[in-house]
Amino acid sequence: MWLVFVQIFPYAVTYTIPLLITALGGLFSERSGIVNIGLEGLMVIGMFTSALVIYTLEPVYPGTAVWFGLMAAVIAGSLFSLLHAFACITLNANQVISGIAINMIAGALTTYLARNITGSGNILIVHSLSRKTIPVLSQIPLVGRLFFTQTYATTWVVLAILALSSFVLYKTVFGLRLRACGEHPHAADSAGINVYLIRYIGVMLSGALAGLGGAIVIVTYSGEFSGTASGLGFLALAALIFGQWKPAGILAATFFFGIASTVANVSQVIPALAVIPGIILKTSPYILTLFALVLSSKFSQVPKALGEPYDKGKR
Amino acid sequence: MKPNTGKYVQQLRAIKVTINKEYVLAFVAVILGLLAGAALMLLTGNNPVSGYYYLFRGGLMNVERVGNTLATATPLIFTGLSVAFAFRTGLFNIGASGQMLIGGLFATAVGLTLDWPKPLLLPVMVFAALVGGGLWAALPGWLKARFNVHEVVATIMMNWIAYWTVFYTVPRYFKGPFLETESQRIPYNASLKLNSLTSLFGGSYINLGIFIALLFVLIAAVILERTTLGYELKAVGFNRHAAESAGISVNKNIILSMTIAGALAGLGGATFYVGYASNMQIGVLPSHGFDGIAVALLGANTPLGVLGASVFFGLLHTGKGFMNAMTRIPPEIADTVMATIIYFAATSIMVERVWTRWRAKRGGVR
Repeated sequence: MWLVFVQIFPYAVTYTIPLLITALGGLFSERSGIVNIGLEGLMVIGMFTSALVIYTLEPVYPGTAVWFGLMAAVIAGSLFSLLHAFACITLNANQVISGIAINMIAGALTTYLARNITGSGNILIVHSLSRKTIPVLSQIPLVGRLFFTQTYATTWVVLAILALSSFVLYKTVFGLRLRACGEHPHAADSAGINVYLIRYIGVMLSGALAGLGGAIVIVTYSGEFSGTASGLGFLALAALIFGQWKPAGILAATFFFGIASTVANVSQVIPALAVIPGIILKTSPYILTLFALVLSSKFSQVPKALGEPYDKGKR
Repeated sequence: MKPNTGKYVQQLRAIKVTINKEYVLAFVAVILGLLAGAALMLLTGNNPVSGYYYLFRGGLMNVERVGNTLATATPLIFTGLSVAFAFRTGLFNIGASGQMLIGGLFATAVGLTLDWPKPLLLPVMVFAALVGGGLWAALPGWLKARFNVHEVVATIMMNWIAYWTVFYTVPRYFKGPFLETESQRIPYNASLKLNSLTSLFGGSYINLGIFIALLFVLIAAVILERTTLGYELKAVGFNRHAAESAGISVNKNIILSMTIAGALAGLGGATFYVGYASNMQIGVLPSHGFDGIAVALLGANTPLGVLGASVFFGLLHTGKGFMNAMTRIPPEIADTVMATIIYFAATSIMVERVWTRWRAKRGGVR
């Protein structure tokens, strides 16, 4: 069993990382009080932008095009999320409807543009990111084999962002303000915090990170933009809730989802894993999230002002 | 005549005015969406006038196309009714896609298992779809009533549970002869398509579903406007606490509303998978659930409004292929327009503000 675990571990990590960074993006938005079910669409924007940039720059900068693509996805994601921020924060629109609109616009618009560019609506990149083995660390027994062989550079970037986000959220003034806006915006306002500005930043961070998540899918395991994130954004949303809106919880939830999906995907190749039916593995993230919601209904960690438009005049 | 009749008339007028305002805002959202689409066509070097000309022509130019427009609108009418119905009780049903999948799966399962004559089989299939969709939505309803689990998240989870359920069930039990990814073809006696209807509309996809849809538009309107049940459901939507103190069981109505919404979406699944289509593809979460939200929003959550908005969306969906054939504009422009319409509908407060400001500037009286 250990051998099987070691075998599938790199794939599970590859699948976990985009989910992790997208869910982390969702965390910034939701901890500031804005529901973001547009994560799926923001991922699609990241996928499209990265694929397009890499496709265009590949002939010129074969080695570094991937990194330009990732950066472009971050920028595009945060700019696109402004649509959601404007609707929810400035216009007090229904956050769920706006999120759905974001998903639909992203899917349709990117496919429309891709068809104008390539004809087929798919954008294929030639050079994906390659897996690397880290020289010294990979020699450590057990751990070295697991964590430091066959890794993507993006995995380390994402883990660094996770650590940084944890620090920002709990140890800095900005983090405190962000959480205050999600828990009790009126109190935050009377303490002199600009609730609107903080929420704009929260939503834009979610766009940036979800865009990065989409781009990582493209440069690691997919290699092709095809107009959809196939539900990864919604899975990230489930992870955000299952992880109870906390960075460490999200890490655990996404890793679990990553393992479950990988086991389901490879169970036909590895007979030892075929004992668990695929349907159970694939639906487990969603069923567990429902259970988590039921259990947490008594002592929920959900940001208290989540989904409520901030109205200065209401006390 | 009772003395307070005047007051009722006044109230009625007020209701009429607010509905009218909602229709005006929906109309503005449509116009803005079409303008945004035109801008996008211009930006990508296409001619929006010919684009829209062929888009609308493609949905209307002959009986076959009109039939297709109606056939495409059919599942949308159901998902739109589903979303609108739940919304009247203050619930947000994002799960119409999943309920549709389960309804379609139930109808397909019955249709492929029983070899009965058409007039006997179809009602059973349609009923199975209704039950499947209803049960699929009853669970989030119960979770909401019993544990206060937010129905938006619960129905999103149910969507993906439905997606994977179909993904594994169809190949295992109803695998088609050629592909792993689709079910067997629905035989004619289990299909909502009717030869005479198909040939009347020049070979279009139109099927009995449209009549079932019209029937349910009527049923939904009657339930909402003319029955105690509808009154209670709406009362819960207006103000839970007031309804509670008036002796209406909020929890019962929440579960009931979600179940009815799910049943409607399940029926939509039947009209799509054993009516419009002739087999079930796996690995696709139907977009109708989200389009249904758009349709309900545009139709101001009224059954008649949903009907109108569905036919409009059906028209865009049907015309896009023709537009793509006649011009070089990708068909996704239609989807972009629809998505933009929802965004503008969601942000219609912006239009209202501009409107109010304009009226104030002119010194008009509201």
